[in-house]
Amino acid sequence: MRIDRRTTIQWMLAAAAALRFAPGLGYAGAQAAESPAAAVPGYGTDPDLMRLYQPGDVWPLTMSAAERRTAAALGDLVVPADADSPSASEVGVVEFLDEWISAPYPVQQADRRTVSWGLQWLDDEAQRRFRRGFAALATDEMTAICDEICFLPRAPEGLEAAATFFARFRDLLAGGYYTSPAGMRAIRYVGNVVLPRFDGPPPDVLRRVGLLEGGDEGPR
Amino acid sequence: MPFVKPANLGKYDVIVVGSGAAGGQTAYTLAMEGARVLMIEAGRRYSPESETPMFHAPHQAPLRGTSTPEKPFGFHDATVDGGWQVPGEPYVNASEDDAGRFDWWRARMLGGRTNHWGRYSFRNGPYDFKPKGRDGLGFDWPLGYQELAPYYDKVEMLIGVYGANDGLENTPDSSPGCLLPPPKPRVSDLLVAHRAKRLGIPVVAGHRAVLTQALDHRNLPRKLHPGNANAQAVLAEHMQRRAACFWATPCGRGCSVGANYQSTTVHLPPALATGKLDILVSAMVHEVTLGREGRASGVRFVDKTTGTTGEARARAVCLAASACETVRILLNSKGVRHPEGLANSSGKLGRYLMDTVGTSVQGQVPLLEALPPHNEDGASGGHLYAPWWLYGEQLRGKLGFARGYHIEFQGGRTMPSMRTVSGLEWLTGGSYGRKFKEDARRYYGSMVNFDGRGEMIPNEHSWCEIDPAVKDRWGIPVLRFHWQWSEHETRQAAHMQKTFAAIIEAMGGRVRGEVLADGAKAIAPGGSIIHEVGGAIMGDDPRGSVTNGYGQAWDVPNLFVTDGATFPSNADKNPTLTIMALAWRSADHILERMRRREL
Repeated sequence: MRIDRRTTIQWMLAAAAALRFAPGLGYAGAQAAESPAAAVPGYGTDPDLMRLYQPGDVWPLTMSAAERRTAAALGDLVVPADADSPSASEVGVVEFLDEWISAPYPVQQADRRTVSWGLQWLDDEAQRRFRRGFAALATDEMTAICDEICFLPRAPEGLEAAATFFARFRDLLAGGYYTSPAGMRAIRYVGNVVLPRFDGPPPDVLRRVGLLEGGDEGPR
Repeated sequence: MPFVKPANLGKYDVIVVGSGAAGGQTAYTLAMEGARVLMIEAGRRYSPESETPMFHAPHQAPLRGTSTPEKPFGFHDATVDGGWQVPGEPYVNASEDDAGRFDWWRARMLGGRTNHWGRYSFRNGPYDFKPKGRDGLGFDWPLGYQELAPYYDKVEMLIGVYGANDGLENTPDSSPGCLLPPPKPRVSDLLVAHRAKRLGIPVVAGHRAVLTQALDHRNLPRKLHPGNANAQAVLAEHMQRRAACFWATPCGRGCSVGANYQSTTVHLPPALATGKLDILVSAMVHEVTLGREGRASGVRFVDKTTGTTGEARARAVCLAASACETVRILLNSKGVRHPEGLANSSGKLGRYLMDTVGTSVQGQVPLLEALPPHNEDGASGGHLYAPWWLYGEQLRGKLGFARGYHIEFQGGRTMPSMRTVSGLEWLTGGSYGRKFKEDARRYYGSMVNFDGRGEMIPNEHSWCEIDPAVKDRWGIPVLRFHWQWSEHETRQAAHMQKTFAAIIEAMGGRVRGEVLADGAKAIAPGGSIIHEVGGAIMGDDPRGSVTNGYGQAWDVPNLFVTDGATFPSNADKNPTLTIMALAWRSADHILERMRRREL
């Protein structure tokens, strides 16, 4: 709730701006006018909340095979497999990205433009530098490109748009990955299970933070 | 009596329009005490027992459950057919400027917004009922804290609120036996409390409507319904159906086991079990009808399933449709003798809309990095909070704004969402690959969010009226909003920003992004905190208010407003608990007047 409200307010500001000059127009009407790609319906205001959904269940997936290949390669470069946890593509994050950019909502439609452009840019850049598509590059070739665009404040002149794409791609990828069961394990989330009691932090946690002693100064 | 259709309405003592905190409490009190009640709800029937996605994980929802225009608080949020934009139900803003905008949240479903709300349940304090007497601004309430205190007790006992009595200024203690024990603080809570104390900011147990233990079904029903064996039996039976919190799944989804308060699991089931309550859903009330001697005879509604108009009749009408919808119904109830809307002889109907001042700051705290994994789901919302602490300084004029705020905060290892590992570049320098995975682990759980919730003073520039042209899909004229913050609110928002940054720094942390010195930039738009109240304010004087202290319309003796529309001020305390306490008090008053045959 608390975290979501911030997202929600940001969305609301964007949506209200889009709707401002169309009073009385429903959301779908305003969207359809803005982007033909958003013509497919969303899940509506009263979807079945109990159902378990997969990407593609509500709206069709639209990534091209080439986009998927590049997205998988970049995804596994950003979140590779290690001894601890699988890679992004192994847990279905490419399908999630496809679901995301195929969705008819304003945020996702904006991401569609960013991601489609960025994946194409990566392929073009790979061709320019190495005469192969991005997915066919060796890891050190991929990093040669990505090291330049992985942090917008340090991106070379002319690569700002690519760096903006990379940041957004990484956020979406990490969102998809760390909400997957394997990603939740990787990040050490241990909740969403019934507990008979809520005991608060264990003593070793309090010790680490320096709150185990000094109970006189701490709160109840 | 049960869920009814427009064709088979019965004979009723009271019509209650709305089924959320106000409508639920009004109907509960009336039905439990024997009145025949018809509740009319604009949205569909909704059953938390079968519709709450309790343990569903984000990957089982479209877009990982992220917010969209159709599900503004996320896919698994309880709200259906609701949001700031509802298809077919437009409203208008008079200003196109962001600062002059009001966004109107609706939840068209049985139980309304109580299904998803944050469950923060604070009492207004003595100052909050007499704010004008204290600083000369706004309006005093026609009642004081002492008159409402017994009803706060009752509501807390009925719905179940965790918290503690801390004896702090203008932050009332509950009577013994009212509150449930607060949950243990999370480690981030303890660190906030420890460091905020150095800044002189008190941090105490939060108050939320979550059952940290089962309700005392042996004793509470007697206290709540003295001398009413039937109500006691119904409530005792019902209280046993509500389970204690099992420390999992976000409250915003609602709760299928009834471990938190929502009207649909707490108010409506026992009220229905009395046999005195009928509920008509998918019926949009748009007008209060008048009978003899200017008394309300009932309401007119659109049956949304057929598009036809229907009427219901009763001895009294209670509007509890949410502040703005209640105002809309009254403004749309025009007649020859009241062309400006019903109960509007004062001209104050629609005036003095208020929301809560809100702004947020997030910090990252190295002390909380890479802590040993442990379950921090807890009661899903805040376990601690900081009540307003600068009453003295404020009264002496040292702050530059007249009213206070409280701080809600939360950190910890919450269930990962799309936001959990996003925007970390400011910490990671743009890492990717194995380093990024290490960074994700390192920073997860080290963020703490601070949300200010502050009082807005009613002003002449924040109000609503009927738009002369726009109608909704049923042909009902819609609201047009006017909105303006005063410097009391924007300066308060700037103070929040500065304070939250100071707490984060005192924790050894770093603020994410910019600390906003300009309160006008920091303040969340009107309506976004969803604490809108006012519009039909109560008062002592029929010339300056719409209702008296019981929510009874000055102009129509059997018409009552029992939702937040009557609030003459909007203290920093989240309004829901006060709405319920006022509704219970109004319902008691209606019952008393009916017994005396005055209604």
